[in-house]
Amino acid sequence: MTRILGIETSCDETAAAVVEDGRVLLSNVVASQISLHQQYGGVFPEIASRQHILSIDTVIRQALEQADITLDEIDAIAVVHGPGLAGALLVGLNTAKALAYAANKPLLGINHLEAHVYANWLLSPGTPSLLEPWFPLVCLVVSGGHTDLILMEGYHRYQLLGHTIDDAAGEAFDKVARLLGLGYPGGPVIQRTAEGGNPQAFHFPRGQVDNPYDFSFSGLKTAVLRQVQALRRAAGQQVEEHGEKLVDAASAAAQVELPLADLTASFQSAVVDALVSKTAAAAQAYGAQLVLLAGGVAANKLLRMEMTRRMDVEVRFPPISFCTDNAAMVAAAGHYRYIAGLRSGLDLDVDPSLQLVSAEVLA
Amino acid sequence: MSHPSAAELALTSNCVAETQAIGAALGELLVAGDVICLRGDLGSGKTCLTQGIGRGLRINETINSPTFVLIREHQPSSGMLYLYHADLYRIDNPLEVVGLGLNEYFYGDGVTVIEWAERAGKYLPYECLWIELTKTGDAARSLAFRAVGERYEQVLGQLQAGLQHCAAPSVAGEA
Repeated sequence: MTRILGIETSCDETAAAVVEDGRVLLSNVVASQISLHQQYGGVFPEIASRQHILSIDTVIRQALEQADITLDEIDAIAVVHGPGLAGALLVGLNTAKALAYAANKPLLGINHLEAHVYANWLLSPGTPSLLEPWFPLVCLVVSGGHTDLILMEGYHRYQLLGHTIDDAAGEAFDKVARLLGLGYPGGPVIQRTAEGGNPQAFHFPRGQVDNPYDFSFSGLKTAVLRQVQALRRAAGQQVEEHGEKLVDAASAAAQVELPLADLTASFQSAVVDALVSKTAAAAQAYGAQLVLLAGGVAANKLLRMEMTRRMDVEVRFPPISFCTDNAAMVAAAGHYRYIAGLRSGLDLDVDPSLQLVSAEVLA
Repeated sequence: MSHPSAAELALTSNCVAETQAIGAALGELLVAGDVICLRGDLGSGKTCLTQGIGRGLRINETINSPTFVLIREHQPSSGMLYLYHADLYRIDNPLEVVGLGLNEYFYGDGVTVIEWAERAGKYLPYECLWIELTKTGDAARSLAFRAVGERYEQVLGQLQAGLQHCAAPSVAGEA
């Protein structure tokens, strides 16, 4: 039996968790700064990095306490060392190194994307036990910072099939929500607004890219902005032909009665369609026996529904609390590295642009 | 102390490929420690121009939006410069830039490109190259360059000469 302490500070969440055997949650503590972000309409970095330093100690103590375990009883410490924001990653990594050194425990450096994939290994409390995921599998990691399609042919064997060439899907949700004056974070508010809307009311583009597994969402946000301008013109409002400022569009959205349900439903359907089509194509091309969803956008109901409907193989997605950044997924990934004998040295450094590579290559 | 001199240049681009070509031409002229500040609304082509700058710096990996992660570090293929790509879209108070550690990239071993740079207020080097992008059509954009300091005046002169020589994107005028 293993018990791994996971630590995650790559962006705006300070998180620690204890997981048993890579699957059973003993504790999962996340100090979220979401209320501060709502106030400022986005990540508030000065607070974010400072908050990591202020919260990390308490968050780790709570994770150990809730798991009813001491640091001594932990088998190893798993920590995200990239990709992410250098200053934020440093807080988690340096804390993990100090603990590993002081308690004489192995240190396991984890890739943030790898951790998201392992959210699908976690069992949510109170639900029946599921089999461990099987291979080969294709995982779509989709969040505010990532839209990546990953092939996993076995434990520690990763191949990045495609990624976004401009904006991440979650970023498109946030920016469109802002331009429609709907608030932050964009994902949940767009999902709510789209309920009852007609997804065919407006046709928004599905980004065209060279690699069949790459994504593009930059054109989509511009298309939504253009549609809002057209609707305002139709309502007899003066709209500048070009050089429209997004801030103006947001305040104008309040003045003009915009068909928000139809706009958000059409936008959401364009994003989901692109995500599902490419995942399906990859799953088929690589003979995947399982499709996994991960990342904050994996909480989206339409994405879950469409992915399940259009895939020939089983589709799994983690409970919502494991979709957004958390440390339980880090501990889960850590377990599989630990039992494979993989270890990181105390000279491990943060790597803000860390690539996802197979562990054989790393070792 | 006298203020550094400034020079300006206005370019137009008709499409994404032209914007990237201008970026690539600029990227080839840059050296370690250079700071490029971009401003312009959503969809005006800031990331697109940065992709071109990356091409000029011989960076092979995808350069995508750093909005969520705030700063992305891109490794050059070999013997070239790092590209530090920052995006201050989520910044509301210039003081946050200090917490972000953005200034640690300015005098380092690479080129720093900052989207929504005006949000950093006074926490930017005084000498830098400003580029304002404006949407002038569905695909067309105008690019207004403003070089502050001798180093960037020199870059702007070289850029203009290079673009006139190959006559690819049109040089709309100069001040």
